[in-house]
Amino acid sequence: MTSAVGAAAQGLVRLPVWRARFVLAALLLAFAALLARALYLQALRTDFLQERGDARYSRVLEMPSTRGRILDRNGEALAVSTPVKSIWAIPSDIALKSAEKRKLAALLAMPERELDKKLGAARDFVYLKRQVPPEAAEAIAQLRLGGIYESPEYRRYYPAGEVTAHLIGFTGVDDGGQEGVELAHQDTLGGKPGSRRVIKDRLGRVVEDVQSIRAAQDGKDLVLSIDSKIQSLAYSALKGAVEQAHAKAGSLIAIDVRTGEVLALANVPSFNPNNRTRLTGAQLRNRVITDLFEPGSTLKPFTVALALESGKVTPQTVVATAPGRMTLAHYTIRDVHPAAALTVAQILQKSSNVGAAKLALALPREAMYGLFQRVGFGAAPQLGFPGAAAGRLRPYRTWQPVEQATMAYGHGISLSLIQLARAYSIFATDGELVPLTLVKSATPASGEKIISADTARAVRAMLEAAVQPGGTGPRARIMGWRVAGKTGTAHKQENGSYAPDKYLASFVGLAPASAPRVVIAVAIDEPGGRAYYGGSVAAPVFAQVMQGALRLLGVPHDAPLEPVNLPGEGDEAREST
Amino acid sequence: MAKLNLLLLAVLVACALGLVTSQHKARKLFSELDRERTRARELDIEYGRLQLEASTWGLHSRVERIALGTLGLRAPDPRRVRLIARDPGR
Repeated sequence: MTSAVGAAAQGLVRLPVWRARFVLAALLLAFAALLARALYLQALRTDFLQERGDARYSRVLEMPSTRGRILDRNGEALAVSTPVKSIWAIPSDIALKSAEKRKLAALLAMPERELDKKLGAARDFVYLKRQVPPEAAEAIAQLRLGGIYESPEYRRYYPAGEVTAHLIGFTGVDDGGQEGVELAHQDTLGGKPGSRRVIKDRLGRVVEDVQSIRAAQDGKDLVLSIDSKIQSLAYSALKGAVEQAHAKAGSLIAIDVRTGEVLALANVPSFNPNNRTRLTGAQLRNRVITDLFEPGSTLKPFTVALALESGKVTPQTVVATAPGRMTLAHYTIRDVHPAAALTVAQILQKSSNVGAAKLALALPREAMYGLFQRVGFGAAPQLGFPGAAAGRLRPYRTWQPVEQATMAYGHGISLSLIQLARAYSIFATDGELVPLTLVKSATPASGEKIISADTARAVRAMLEAAVQPGGTGPRARIMGWRVAGKTGTAHKQENGSYAPDKYLASFVGLAPASAPRVVIAVAIDEPGGRAYYGGSVAAPVFAQVMQGALRLLGVPHDAPLEPVNLPGEGDEAREST
Repeated sequence: MAKLNLLLLAVLVACALGLVTSQHKARKLFSELDRERTRARELDIEYGRLQLEASTWGLHSRVERIALGTLGLRAPDPRRVRLIARDPGR
C-alpha cells in the first residue's frame, strides 16, 4: 500500500489500460500500411519504377555504321559513302504558311504541287525527300517547321562516274548493293548498325557505358584488281571507237595473266551512277559478263591448238582449201580470200574458214567439246558477279558434221567476252587457264594445264603472224612490244538466222609476245560504217589500250622502237567470221 | 572496442568518399573518350569526303584535258624513253 500511497502522493493518476493498447495498435497499423506500400512498390511495381528511374539518365544510343569503300589497286577511291539527311514529315502535325511552303519546296528542289501531294497523304509518316545534302538539310532545320524532321542516312558517291559504272554497280537508297561489285560483295561491304545503353549526365554528356546491346560493325574496304588509269584509258578508247564506227555498243576486258586479275572492264554505252534517273536497260547491261555472242574467227586458235595437240599436223602442214568454199549438207562455208592451199599457220593468219573447218573435221568431236569445256565455255565464270552468263555449248552427241565444222570458226557456239578473254590465257601462259579475280591479289595465279607448252607457244607464234602485214589484224600492232592476237567479224544471229548486214567485230590479243603479261579482248557490236571488220574496228582499240597498259605496268620492251606502219587498203586480209 | 569501431567507421567513410571520387573521375574520362570517339568518326567521314574530292579532281579525263590543253604536254616518243630494270636488291 505504501507504493500506491506514494504514487497518489506524487499526483499520478492511473490511466485506463485500453488507451495504451489503442496507441500501440495504431502505430502497428501505420507500420503495416508502410510495409504493405513498400512491398507493393518494391516487389510488384518494381519493373515500372526502375524503368522510370532509368529514363532519367539512361539512354539507348544508335550506333551508325558506314559502308566500306571500294578502292582500285592503287588505293584510288571508286565508291565512297558520306552522310546525308533524309527529310520526313508527319502530315497531320503540319500547318504551313504559304511563304514557308514555298521556301521548303525550294530547299527540297521539288515543285510545290508535289510537296502538297506528299503532305496531303493520309499517312502518319511520309518521306519528303531522301538523301538531301547536309547543307540543304541544315537550312531546312533552320526554318523550324513543326512536324518536319530529319534523320541521318548515307549516300554513295562514285567519283569515276560512267567509267567504272558497270563494274562497280550501285546501291539503293537504303545503302544496299543492287548491281555489280556493290551487290557481289554486299556481305563484306555492308556494315551492321549497333546500339548501346549509356548513362548521360544533366548536360547530355555520355558518362558511362552500361551495356553494349549490339556492337556496330563498319563495312570493310574492298580493294579491286582494277587499275583506274587503264580502266579510264579503256573506256575512252572504246567510247571513241564506238562513236567512230557508228556502233550500237562496245565492250572490253583486260586481264593480267600472271595473277588472273582483271585490270579493266569497260562497256559502252554507260551511265552516270551518281544520277540514275532515266536509265535504259541497254545502258545498264554489263556486256562483258552478261552478253553472249557467237565469237566467230576468234575461236579458230582453239581449233588449231587442238589439231596441233592431236599430233596430226604441225604449223607447216599444208591443208587444201581450194576452191575457197566447201559444202556440207546444203551449207556452204566460204573464204573471203580463196586460196588453193594454206599451211596451218596461214589458216590463222588469213582467217580461213574452210581451213579451220577441215582441221576440225579431222578431229573427234569429243576432243573438240572437251577442249571448249575445259577452257570454260558453257559454264558461268566463277567471279561472284551477278548475272554472269554461261553461254551455250551443246553436248557433242548432238553435233552434226556441219556443226562441228562451223564451230571450228566460232559459229553455233555462244560465249561472253570474259570467257573468251580468259580462254586466251592458255596461249599467254604455257597452256594454263588462269582463274580470274576482281579483287587485288598479290600471289601469282596457278592455273589448270589445258594444252602443252609447245602447242601454246606454237599458237602464240601463229597469232603473232596474224597481226603482221598480210594477216587480218595489222592494226593491233604497237610500237615497242610484240603483239599476238586474232580478229573476228561474226554475222549476228537474228530470229534464228544470220543477219547479212549486222556484225560483231572483235579482237582478242596478248602482249608482249615474248613473255605475255596482258590479255585484252574487245568487241564492237553492230558497227554501222563501211569498215566493220574486227581488224579495222576492234584491233585499233586493242592497240591503244594495250600500249597504255604495258607502259603503265612498266613492262620491258621486246621489240625495236620503230613506228608501226599501218596498212593501206588491200594490204590487209579480211574475213567473214 | 569502441576505439576499433571508430577507426573502422573512419576507414569506411574514407573508402566511400574514394569510391565517389573515382566514379566521378571515371565518368569524366569516359565522357572525354566518347567525345574523342565521335571526333574520330567525324574525321573518318571527313577523310572519306576528301578522298572523294581528291578522286574527283584527279579524274583521269580531267588530268588529260588539262595536260594536253592548258599545259600543252605530250607523251614522249617511245624511242626517247629508256626503260631501266628495277634493282632487285632494293
